[in-house]
Amino acid sequence: MSAVAFLTISIMTLAAALAAALLPQLMRAALSLAVAFVGIAAFYFLLGAEFVGLVQVFVYVGAVAVLIVFTILLTRRDARSPDYFRWTGAIVAVAIFAGLAWAILSSAGLSGGPGKIGPLTVQRIGEVLLIDYVWPLQCVGLVLTAALIGALVLVMEERR
Amino acid sequence: MIDFVDQIFVRTKHRMLAPLTGAPDWIMQLASSLLSIAALLAVFLTLFALLSVLERKILGRIQNRYGPNRVGPFGLFQPVADGIKMLIKEDIVPSRADKIVHFLAPIIIAATAIIVLGIIPYGRNMTPLAIDGGILFFFAIGSTTELGVFMAGWGSNNKFSMLGAMRAIAQMISYELPLIITTLPVVMVTGALSPDTIVAAQSGYSFGIVPHWFVTTPWGAAAFILFFVSGLVESNRTPFDVPEGESEIVAGHMTEYSGFKYATFFMAEYFGMFAISGLAVTLFLGGWHAPIAVLQFIPSYIWFFVKLGALLFVYVWVRGTLPRTRVDQIMNFAWKFMLPMAFTCVISAAIWHYQGRGFAGWLWSLALIAIVYLALSWLLDTRRKLGPRTYRFAE
Repeated sequence: MSAVAFLTISIMTLAAALAAALLPQLMRAALSLAVAFVGIAAFYFLLGAEFVGLVQVFVYVGAVAVLIVFTILLTRRDARSPDYFRWTGAIVAVAIFAGLAWAILSSAGLSGGPGKIGPLTVQRIGEVLLIDYVWPLQCVGLVLTAALIGALVLVMEERR
Repeated sequence: MIDFVDQIFVRTKHRMLAPLTGAPDWIMQLASSLLSIAALLAVFLTLFALLSVLERKILGRIQNRYGPNRVGPFGLFQPVADGIKMLIKEDIVPSRADKIVHFLAPIIIAATAIIVLGIIPYGRNMTPLAIDGGILFFFAIGSTTELGVFMAGWGSNNKFSMLGAMRAIAQMISYELPLIITTLPVVMVTGALSPDTIVAAQSGYSFGIVPHWFVTTPWGAAAFILFFVSGLVESNRTPFDVPEGESEIVAGHMTEYSGFKYATFFMAEYFGMFAISGLAVTLFLGGWHAPIAVLQFIPSYIWFFVKLGALLFVYVWVRGTLPRTRVDQIMNFAWKFMLPMAFTCVISAAIWHYQGRGFAGWLWSLALIAIVYLALSWLLDTRRKLGPRTYRFAE
């Protein structure tokens, strides 16, 4: 059952990701990217990480995809991809892929098989986040607030 | 006897699943889910048909005229006539539209509106999708609606559609913030994101007549009102229906839709209303609990739908009473009033909790909310005198 689900979700996610990279229309590419995000969330659900899956949908589909779509809206409508091949993009993509692959292959989780983890409840996540890791959380909050204020300063009208 | 009537739907489901005992686990799960989905769709599609005619009747009553009264007794078969009309209408797709995106937009909006109905507890042991992070699930799925609205606006290739979609997304993103922050005090006080736990935390009565619903606490009452207003905006209902704004931009993101696709948008709007009201009932109005102890013999699901119906009536009532607001007014209201008040509710709930959840905490949290409310209304008062209006461009 879970093998069938894994295969289905994999095919869907990969197809959507490929479409996002290859489709000539920018808007359709962005929407396929949203589908790929949903596919990744489905993987988290399959692995039993409910909370992470929900946050994935919340942040990536609800916020990041909308942000990308808005950014496309602000570009010229007849903008087309250039005819020549962009080597810099390819190099960056290969570098990121190699880095991620190296990190995944060298992680302990792969060699030792599935570890024994208890049921991960939202309550447990809340406790860990607000008791053990409260300082990193506050720092993230501070950075986000700074970003928010920065965005406001950028768009604010100049008073004379 | 009382227990039997209360659990009749749960028992029926178990009885229907009984022939499948011994089947593999996933078949059982699939059958159980399909039964729940069928029941949900049947109930809410009926409610949708009923509300669409009742809304027109109530609006008629408010505006001192008859509502629909031609089809069937009291015009009750009006939804059937409307449905047939919508089905046999021609489906027009603009020739320059992005066909796939144009086609998918109403499906996505309707699907997300239906999925979120799953997490709401409709009665004792009657949650179709009981997951640990139910509230988070509601908002996560709900936030994808924005993408659907955007697809409708972009795919139509029409300036009115695009303007409507931009307006819709702007107000939905702005009001999602107070909507989520007003659920935060409830989550804090109950320590759970699961709707079942939240409903269970609101059981019990003081003196047998005052239910322990969160709306009876000052922070709960304030958060409930803020949540309801945000819900009104999220479902794009009057007075916050600027995305449709038929006097300015035809029908917003729905301009280029006709026939059954338009009906799908319409249905999604109502389902969104049901979902937000259902969540409001779950979070603040005690879910399926009876309002006073002696009325507990009435089945739980009846109480849920009575409360839901009351909230839906307020939706219609507001629509019949208030004129449409302006875009800038909506935005100012969200960021300058709703957001600070929502944060005040969080702090006030914390005070209530640390004062021992008694009468003293009740008074302290009321005091905090009153102070912030008065300060905000003083600060945000533009002190503009009302006088004869001067027009800049029209004479």
